[in-house]
Amino acid sequence: MAHQMEVSHHAPEEEHPTSTGINNRKLLMWVFLSSDCLFFGSLIATYMVYRGQSLVGPYPVDIIDVPITTISTFVLLCSSFAMVRALAATNEDRQGGIIFWLLMTAFLGSIFIGFQVYEFNLFREEGLRIDTNLFGTTFFTLTGFHGAHVTLGIVWLLALAWIARKGRLGPKTALDVELAGLYWHFVDIVWIVIFTLIYLIGGFDTGPAGDPSLVPHSITGFLGLI
Amino acid sequence: MATLTDVIDRPSSQSGLWSWITTVDHKRIGVLYGVTAFIFLLLGGLEAGVIRLQLAVPDNTLVDPDTFNQMFTMHGTTMIFLVIMPLSASFFNFVIPLAIGARDVAFPRLNAFSYWVFLFGGLLLNASFLTNQAPDAGWFSYANLTEKPFSANQGLDYWALGLQVLGVSSLAAAFNFVVTIVNMRAPGMSLMRMPLFVWMTLVTSILLVLAFPVITVGLIELTFDRNFGTNFFVPEGGGDPILWQHLFWVFGHPEVYILILPAMGIVSEVLPTFSRKPLFGYPVVVFSGVVIGIMGWAVWSHHMFTVGLGPVAVSVFMITTMLIAVPTGVKIFNWIGTLWGGQIDLKTAMLFALGFVALFIVGGLSGVSHAVAPSDNQQQDTYYIVAHIHYVLFGGALFGIFAGVYYWFPKLTGKLLHEGIGKLHFWLYFIGMNITFFPMHYLGLNGMPRRIYTYASEFGWDGLNMLASLGYLVLLAGTLLFIVNLMISLRKEPDAGHDPWDAPGLEWSIASPPPTYNFATIPQVEGLDQYWIEKRRAEAEGHPITEPEAPVDPSTIHMPSPSYWPLVTAIGVLILGGGMLVDTGWDYIRFPIPFIGGLICFIGIVAWANEPPAKEHAGDDHHPEAGHGAEPHAMVAAPVAVAERPAGAAAAHSVRLICSNCGNQLSTNFRFCPYCGGAVENPAEPHQEG
Repeated sequence: MAHQMEVSHHAPEEEHPTSTGINNRKLLMWVFLSSDCLFFGSLIATYMVYRGQSLVGPYPVDIIDVPITTISTFVLLCSSFAMVRALAATNEDRQGGIIFWLLMTAFLGSIFIGFQVYEFNLFREEGLRIDTNLFGTTFFTLTGFHGAHVTLGIVWLLALAWIARKGRLGPKTALDVELAGLYWHFVDIVWIVIFTLIYLIGGFDTGPAGDPSLVPHSITGFLGLI
Repeated sequence: MATLTDVIDRPSSQSGLWSWITTVDHKRIGVLYGVTAFIFLLLGGLEAGVIRLQLAVPDNTLVDPDTFNQMFTMHGTTMIFLVIMPLSASFFNFVIPLAIGARDVAFPRLNAFSYWVFLFGGLLLNASFLTNQAPDAGWFSYANLTEKPFSANQGLDYWALGLQVLGVSSLAAAFNFVVTIVNMRAPGMSLMRMPLFVWMTLVTSILLVLAFPVITVGLIELTFDRNFGTNFFVPEGGGDPILWQHLFWVFGHPEVYILILPAMGIVSEVLPTFSRKPLFGYPVVVFSGVVIGIMGWAVWSHHMFTVGLGPVAVSVFMITTMLIAVPTGVKIFNWIGTLWGGQIDLKTAMLFALGFVALFIVGGLSGVSHAVAPSDNQQQDTYYIVAHIHYVLFGGALFGIFAGVYYWFPKLTGKLLHEGIGKLHFWLYFIGMNITFFPMHYLGLNGMPRRIYTYASEFGWDGLNMLASLGYLVLLAGTLLFIVNLMISLRKEPDAGHDPWDAPGLEWSIASPPPTYNFATIPQVEGLDQYWIEKRRAEAEGHPITEPEAPVDPSTIHMPSPSYWPLVTAIGVLILGGGMLVDTGWDYIRFPIPFIGGLICFIGIVAWANEPPAKEHAGDDHHPEAGHGAEPHAMVAAPVAVAERPAGAAAAHSVRLICSNCGNQLSTNFRFCPYCGGAVENPAEPHQEG
């Protein structure tokens, strides 16, 4: 190695240089999100494999309410817009805007969660519980874990808003907001997939009495088809 | 929360118990991983001992079937999740930052968190023994044997939750190492200049990142089935037990490569060092490793040939499985090519590496034999499979890991492990391993099923079983000898010097044991096998390198301070997972304890994010507000003076030693550069051979 001994004193920089130029924390977030893709991918795969396999009702067609969930989906998508505004305000150092848009994102996320709580309760009253049939099992597990992700995101946004109240967020610390934004947008995108598959496509599924040729009988049969 | 972290100062002890509990130093965490995993190795070995004792003679009644089931389940689970993976993680921790010329990993506190969660996950899993409810459904716990009606006690809950906690640890570590390797390389270390071990760690970490969530979902579904009455794997409710097999093996097959790729990386470091030649065909070995990592996703159903997937699916997976043998075979030929024409030095590390190559070939060949579905139908669930898995995981992964232990121990401690005892250890392992596991091929083909707790004498399996059990004693002797070697070697004075093997990696350029800050000057990398390049150049210039990089005053280099919060957060994760074991049966809050764990996690994370810098560094921290969420001292490059290097010097002094085409170093008289294929010019001047 170098035979040179002199070591300069630590001179802090805003960002330490990295091999790729990408900030370490941002890269960490992307790697985490790639992992989360497989997490939701597995849950969604489970749902799709068991689609139309419920032995008893209620079946999706009996209780899924597409219009109501369309509204909550719209609210969640709007929250992504608020998130974008929050990051823009941070980059432009508009302190009022930062707090407003962070709280707005969290608020819209909470509305979405409120819809979900309402929906879960409604389903329970209509006789669909997690142990009722395969639809209940896969539906509550998949949407429940998505809801947990959104809830975690709300806690994160509120924590950021708490930090922001003393002016600690600004262009220099915009990454803190950006990371929360990456997470938030990811959770949004996952919901678009879930909404499409469970509500728009799977929302009209009936029980096993439906046309069996439309639904692979089991995973084994499904792989056999390949 | 700010009040909390203001009251509690950042820990600063450099020695004693607290310094280990609060450490964020990658070298110390590597030691913690290694020691913990070694203790689990002894535990898993003990469980294997019960299995071999029970099977030594026919109609044995030493243990009852229940205990036997617990033993093979815990043996498999322990060896895979608590021994081989964390032993690999131990090498990741200790070696990676040194090998890429960094001062620590990208997220030192996350690294400490990974270790503590691993420890707690292992303890949670093994706590099942204390309540006499050890898991007993085999290491892959097939549904629907794992459902409540068939596994009524909490064993499978311990198993699922223990693995869930261990998954948190593995994921956190994998995130950390992906970022570290991608982002923290010393200047000049392009991807194709990374040591092979670094490459294999990167591939392994990416596999972990993508594979673990799949088993996480499988375990969630299993836990829900057992505790919330869901129907995921319950045929009565329409569920399909085969889904578990798919989820498990979609994770499980990449997991196989997670276990073996680090060992392949270690061997790819050890073989060139003791052959005094660069790795033969480095880019091809890298490419093969990456291809294995990708193709590992397309072969999982070969674990399920007897399930009845249908001829098309079986054929597809048969072909992909045979294809994946190609990059593996390429690697083996490259290792042999590395040995060819080298000056082979049979140190213990080299013996273990050679043992790895030999035994892995045997395991690979038996693997190809059950890639053939018709032949697999004969072998499925017999001792032939047991023989195969032990050839690749014991003869493969563990031999590679021991090669690494003998290779890097002098760097870690400054002391060489005793060579004589080490060689004896190797031969006991090599012979013992073949005595134990080779007969299992015959036992399996003669029809002995795995996981039976005893057998009748008329099957004709007595002799080979006794032989396998005797082999276990040889392995036990080898393990004890290794412990003796450790104790003897640790007591002596440092005798290793900084570079006992004349090795090529950057880690050998600094003192042994390495100073806290690793590199006083962040190295500048000019090519593959950087330290060989420097040593050969210095020799050619007439002043060979005999000393490590000189130490500097540690206080001039800003390193991350120790921290309590990784431990606190890890305790939260433990309570979050383990708390699921307590079912109060109440109407609304059946499982209250996980919420307490979640709260502790939350406090830990908030405190972690707001942690003040240590007192002595408080003065020179220019952005005290940088706390939230950041690693405030994500060290790396305190800008240090990078050595001035005369640009043309490298080429001018060592035409024969450094490929003039690609800059890679060549230690023997190649006519063609093994890296870039370019013709190597004849030596312009005689040089001294080092």
